[in-house]
Amino acid sequence: MKKFTTHSGVAAPILRINIDTDAIIPSREMKRVSRKGLGVSLFADWRYENGIVQRGNESPDFVLNQPDYLDASILLTGQNMGCGSSREFAVWALTDFGIRAIIAPSFGAIFYTNCIRNGLLPIILDASTINEVAAAVDQDPQANKVAIDLKQSTVAVLAGQQYTFKIEASYQKLLLEGLDPIDLTLRRQQIIEQFIAKDRLKRPWAHAL
Amino acid sequence: MIHQKPGLTLFEKIWKDHTVAQNDDGSSLIYIDRIFLHERTGSLALSGLSASDRATKNPKHVFCTMDHIVDTTPGRSDDTKVPGGIEFIQVTRDLAHQEGITLFDLNDPRQGISHVVAAEQGIALPGCTMICPDSHTCTLGGLGALATGVGSSECEHALATETLSFFKPLQMRINFLGQLPLGVTAKDMMLHLISNKSAAGGSGFAVEFAGPAIADLTVEARQTLCNLAVEFSAFTGIIAPDEKVITYLKDKPYAPKGAAWHQAVNYWTTLKSDVDASFDAEIDIDCADIAPTVTWGTSPQHAVSIEGKIPDPQQAEDPADSRAMSRALDYVGLSPGRPISGTPIQAAFIGSCTNSRLSDLRIAAKILKGKSVAPGIRAICVPGSTQVKRNAEKEGLDVIFKQSGFEWRESGCSLCFYAGGEGFSPGDRIITTTNRNFEGRQGPMTRSHLASPATVAASAIEGCITDFRSLGNR
Repeated sequence: MKKFTTHSGVAAPILRINIDTDAIIPSREMKRVSRKGLGVSLFADWRYENGIVQRGNESPDFVLNQPDYLDASILLTGQNMGCGSSREFAVWALTDFGIRAIIAPSFGAIFYTNCIRNGLLPIILDASTINEVAAAVDQDPQANKVAIDLKQSTVAVLAGQQYTFKIEASYQKLLLEGLDPIDLTLRRQQIIEQFIAKDRLKRPWAHAL
Repeated sequence: MIHQKPGLTLFEKIWKDHTVAQNDDGSSLIYIDRIFLHERTGSLALSGLSASDRATKNPKHVFCTMDHIVDTTPGRSDDTKVPGGIEFIQVTRDLAHQEGITLFDLNDPRQGISHVVAAEQGIALPGCTMICPDSHTCTLGGLGALATGVGSSECEHALATETLSFFKPLQMRINFLGQLPLGVTAKDMMLHLISNKSAAGGSGFAVEFAGPAIADLTVEARQTLCNLAVEFSAFTGIIAPDEKVITYLKDKPYAPKGAAWHQAVNYWTTLKSDVDASFDAEIDIDCADIAPTVTWGTSPQHAVSIEGKIPDPQQAEDPADSRAMSRALDYVGLSPGRPISGTPIQAAFIGSCTNSRLSDLRIAAKILKGKSVAPGIRAICVPGSTQVKRNAEKEGLDVIFKQSGFEWRESGCSLCFYAGGEGFSPGDRIITTTNRNFEGRQGPMTRSHLASPATVAASAIEGCITDFRSLGNR
């Protein structure tokens, strides 16, 4: 898994609530059994005229097409970010585009876990704080980069403008060290087998397949 | 001194019995009883597993179907209308065989939409944990299973280890009190709830649905209800299993048999929240307040009674809500203050993991019988499984659908979403029994209005969004 320690980059505001994973990547853009090459389709319906994914067809109004935000690596969004479909393609599209962190008041639960699994840092800050960050960025997006320090759990913009966020310690460790959660669980095989042996006695019917 | 254990919720009982270990960070390593896969995201989980040289730990507990990409037109094959779809189907099939997983392939009589199949085959059971890389896995909470959607990587984790770590969600109970008005269904109950409490209202919670109106629901209707828990952003929805559920599961192909059945039933009867269980949130809903409900915008929370009017964004308390409403109205091309009923439609769709079971098709057929879909309306019915389709045909429902002007399809997810193959036409307004009215969900620039099968059938006949209760009065 890709590590996340610190990151500083341009933060693009998409301050809408309930941004669903269909909007992040429509089903029609999931064309291969592959986790790669999906960045071009990120936000297809918003980023391209009539949703037709093609160079030269970008919608000029969409934030990620504006000169100041072309190299955005952080998103600022409204609440319930990534709600809807469980498609992990949404996270793969974001990471392939170059997004390293998303700052939102809340996230869809499956999307949040998918982010953690792929080294994309989901940061929870309240909506008014996000508005403050967006306002600071808006003055000069290229100069006023957002700096994230996962170990310290901080987000900083202008001098003196720093916020602390909360993240579960285990997720923080996974991201900081780039650990593979499957490997970690496979090391606990013994306790899993002990559980199953006991459970077979308690719920034999659940194992009768 | 007598030391009393605190009461547990239904969810907590299942959680406790599946806790392999308490992790240092406060999360729990949970044993997963059943894993269900489909070709869209299951393919990625299986290929990820294979690429890491890992294997499915217990293939007997893993099932797979083809629903998302497969065509629903007659004579279908691997070569679907979805660009690149053939790869999803064939990779899934090859890897399912390699892993020794039970596959309900495209011409198998057990094929169908994952969550419909998991129930009708007796794969999902009360008191079992179940995951599927699909957000609507919560459907199976209708049987009393602890079922939740996950991503492909989490699914891969469960395949390799039979476990997943979760932080225990907060506990919410929603009590549906009183009796539902005639013709009001589980779909209306959930759209009513989500429109009142927002699409994020269940965020962080596992939701138990309770109350007399829940007890009155059929087991199929309970699946519809729990299906929409994810549209409420809940971790899952769950309903305590009762006699109806036990009767429903008896003799299902993968349900326990003989002595195991009796052991299971004994266990299932303990699965209810204790009287002194504590909930972090509790909501009471008076069923008398629920009317047939339909969405007007681009989020399931944008819903109103069929007798209601499209709301004014300026009346919204929260500015972010107000902006989202304005954007939605602009997208769907409707104006505030106008009655939702009477809005012209171009298409009608009956299907999806939400509303495609035999009981749903019966409700729609009852309304369609002897009537015709309005001129120019494209109307499609896609049964939730091949078994549902065959049972419906035994009752002659297919004839009613076809005579009224509906297409009668093979089973699958079909036009619930647009995957680059079949879609509705740009600008089409669709009345649909599905679960998501997101921008472009059913085709580029399409506008989806979520409703119950009765509302969809009546609207197809009238050519506009229609209160089915008014049909007989004309």
